Amino acid sequence: MIRLLTLLFLLLAGPALAQAPDPYAQLAGESYAEIEAGVAGLAASGDPRAGAVLSALSEGRLLARPSDKALFIRQGSALTDAKTGAAAPDDPALKAVRANNRVRRGIEAAQGQLNLVSPDPAKRREAADAVFKARDAAALPALDTALAREKDAGVKQVMSEARAAVLLAKPGTSESEKLAALPAIQARGDGDAMGILRGLGADPSEAVRAAAGRGIAAIETRLAILGALQNVWYGISLGSVLLLAAIGLAITFGVMGIINMAHGEMVMLGAYTTYLVQEAIRTKAPALFPWSLAISIPCAFLVAGLVGVLIERFIIRFLYGRPLETLLATFGVSLVLQQAVRSLFGPTNREVGAPAFMSGAFDFYGLSVTWGRMWIILFSLAVFLGLLFVLRKTSFGLKTRAVTQNRRMAAAMGIRTPYVDALTFGLGSGIAGIAGVALSQIDNVSPNLGQGYIIDSFLVVVFGGVGNLWGTLVAALTLGVVNKLAEPYIGAVLAKIGLLIFIILFIQKRPRGLFALKGRAVES
Amino acid sequence: MPPRTRLIDLKGWIFLAVLAAFCLAVPVLNLAVPEGSGLHLPTYLVSLFGKYLAYALLAVSLDLVWGYCGILSLGHGAFFALGGYAMGMYLMRQIGSRGVYGNPLLPDFMVFLNYKSLPWYWYGFDHFAFAALMVLLVPGLLAFLFGWLAFRSRVTGVYLSIITQAMTYALMLAFFRNDMGLGGNNGLTDFKDLLGFNVQSQGFRVGIFVATGIALALGYLIARVMTVSAYGKILIAVRDAESRTRFLGYRPEHFKTLAFTVSAMMAGVAGALYVPQVGIINPGEFAPGNSIEAVIWVAVGGRGTLVGAALGAVIVNYAKTILTGAMPDAWLFALGALFVVVTLFMPRGIVGTLMEKFGSRRAAAKLPPEPEIAPKLAEEGRGS
Repeated sequence: MIRLLTLLFLLLAGPALAQAPDPYAQLAGESYAEIEAGVAGLAASGDPRAGAVLSALSEGRLLARPSDKALFIRQGSALTDAKTGAAAPDDPALKAVRANNRVRRGIEAAQGQLNLVSPDPAKRREAADAVFKARDAAALPALDTALAREKDAGVKQVMSEARAAVLLAKPGTSESEKLAALPAIQARGDGDAMGILRGLGADPSEAVRAAAGRGIAAIETRLAILGALQNVWYGISLGSVLLLAAIGLAITFGVMGIINMAHGEMVMLGAYTTYLVQEAIRTKAPALFPWSLAISIPCAFLVAGLVGVLIERFIIRFLYGRPLETLLATFGVSLVLQQAVRSLFGPTNREVGAPAFMSGAFDFYGLSVTWGRMWIILFSLAVFLGLLFVLRKTSFGLKTRAVTQNRRMAAAMGIRTPYVDALTFGLGSGIAGIAGVALSQIDNVSPNLGQGYIIDSFLVVVFGGVGNLWGTLVAALTLGVVNKLAEPYIGAVLAKIGLLIFIILFIQKRPRGLFALKGRAVES
Repeated sequence: MPPRTRLIDLKGWIFLAVLAAFCLAVPVLNLAVPEGSGLHLPTYLVSLFGKYLAYALLAVSLDLVWGYCGILSLGHGAFFALGGYAMGMYLMRQIGSRGVYGNPLLPDFMVFLNYKSLPWYWYGFDHFAFAALMVLLVPGLLAFLFGWLAFRSRVTGVYLSIITQAMTYALMLAFFRNDMGLGGNNGLTDFKDLLGFNVQSQGFRVGIFVATGIALALGYLIARVMTVSAYGKILIAVRDAESRTRFLGYRPEHFKTLAFTVSAMMAGVAGALYVPQVGIINPGEFAPGNSIEAVIWVAVGGRGTLVGAALGAVIVNYAKTILTGAMPDAWLFALGALFVVVTLFMPRGIVGTLMEKFGSRRAAAKLPPEPEIAPKLAEEGRGS
């Protein structure tokens, strides 16, 4: 190791030391020690062909000619000169350059160092991260070289963090060097940084210990804030799911006053439609798979909406003005739908795939954000705004509001109220079906899918204020965020129970929800 | 002033007579008829019928609030289950050291979950009298608090239904927790004896069946007393026109709270009688679906008739037993269709429809008004 370091140092000392051995010649050498030195030399040389040579060596494709120590790379049946890259004729005297475990480790380290100066910034960042994690003192010289040439500010920061981490971990770093390295680690501010600072707790220097302690405190604060923000994000995510589940109900229950216990089953139908659409795409046109969710949305809307219209025409129509009876009848419908789906598709979960854009995550100032959740949040807001638009700005929405506010007057104005009733119920059901498309991505697609959402949906609508879409939005997000903020302290189940009790008490205080419609109805 | 309503009318006499005959016939057929005979009633059927009677008592309690007071409770299953848990706790204490772990102090599940001592709320359940008191008190107290809060704030109709549903849902989640100290997911089971009688023995099975029958008759009479009295007249007035009753100087919330509390206690008793017969109580009993199913028993039998509620519970559950045995897939279809058909075509249920056809006009007039089919709700602004 010391020899290697010395060698490295010598090589890094640069062109001034003309006697630096040619790494190519060393690679073609006899002993492993020579080969190892050659690897290190090649890595430090900054030779643009170094990467290719090293990977050829690790894969056993690097050949040497013992007579003049020339190196060649075998690429299939072709040979190229390792130093120049020019094509070379085959030669039976060529022998493969051997590698033992030490050499292999050397190759790995060398490749990491090469990546530090790679032209691709993502590769450089990755390599710097690797150094940060490994804290290998041997990488320090290469890191210094790379740091000196680095132009990209982001990568430069990661590199200096890595450098600081190496310095702090390396025995024999002076106190002043350590103190200088600390701020970079503290600025990084994540769990890894915390680990490094904790490791300094036994440092002989008082000043270093104190600085590390301050750093830990600062990082803890930061992590706590970050944790809270992460929970808020989860809460918004949960809220968006609640919003999706409840928004259709905000139409059927909120606007029309129908207690639709089959609402959850509309969501379930939407999810199963997604499943069927995906199955059809898989067998008929696999190329369309990334679009499967987009194709499912109108299908789910139509399927659930159609079922909704049928329910309205054949059952609910006869029960207007008897909300408690609609509750029972639609509960019956929900049982029938559940059992029908169970008989058709079986009781087990169905697999609904996620297109590529739904998977993966990205880092947002230390918050980890999954794309799937992100899209669902955006989607729920889009559905909400779309629904708002339909109700506020279209002729159909105008008629809906007219009929629900004053049926007789609307009828007198020539609005065909039964049509509007059926279509409004269909709209609410269709929206529930759309919700099913999104929920199929995060929940099990089984006949019981809808049951899990029905009580929550009702509570969201009631909490937000019946007949008020904005209330539904606020209620869904509030309940989601409060639930997730409470979870770390009291656990998921107690948080949920607490919310239920809160809503029960809240209804006592404001029986009409958060945003009640003003009216003179004494008991309606 | 109209003539005083008799405490027990014709359908009441029929009901009590049939119930008495049933409670006599079943023990005789089970105990006196020898096993080989075609008339012999197996013991498991005795318990099955006993279960129906417990459900019937639950249905009567629900009818008291829904049929006579207009409170559609979607949380009566919670009171039923709470009564069941109180009884289950007593039965657990009776196991003593006969459990799998043989711990003289702690029930098996507590040993399993590393409990060191008995949680405080288990104290007293060694005594039957205390447990019996809790069967009444726990559901009663919960209903009193819940009703007092809700009715005082004039939470009515749909809103009330939804928050009662939220209540039973919250209780279900709570009882599923192992930390609750009530057996968590598995609930309470493996009972040995009640008041010294082995719960598996034939004699006990018949005894508890008869006890359930008597409880049902008593529950019916209590509900009758409450509904035919002057108090009952106000209750019906509250159901049909709450605001008007309030303007006449009555306090609807008092009447409703009392009815709700008594009803919850009745449901608790039903649960307590149910548990020894089925041998287990678990948090699944709190599931909101169970409470809604109880509502459909009442609707099928005829709400506001009491007798109908009991009849509906027995008929629907008998059908359930038959269908789930013969065609398991068909049961949910049948139950779902029953909900739809009854609400659409038989809004008054079996007994209500019979009373309309054959009974006196005066009696039929006391039924809950059949709501008009016209979309009345829309005229009163949004919501209901």
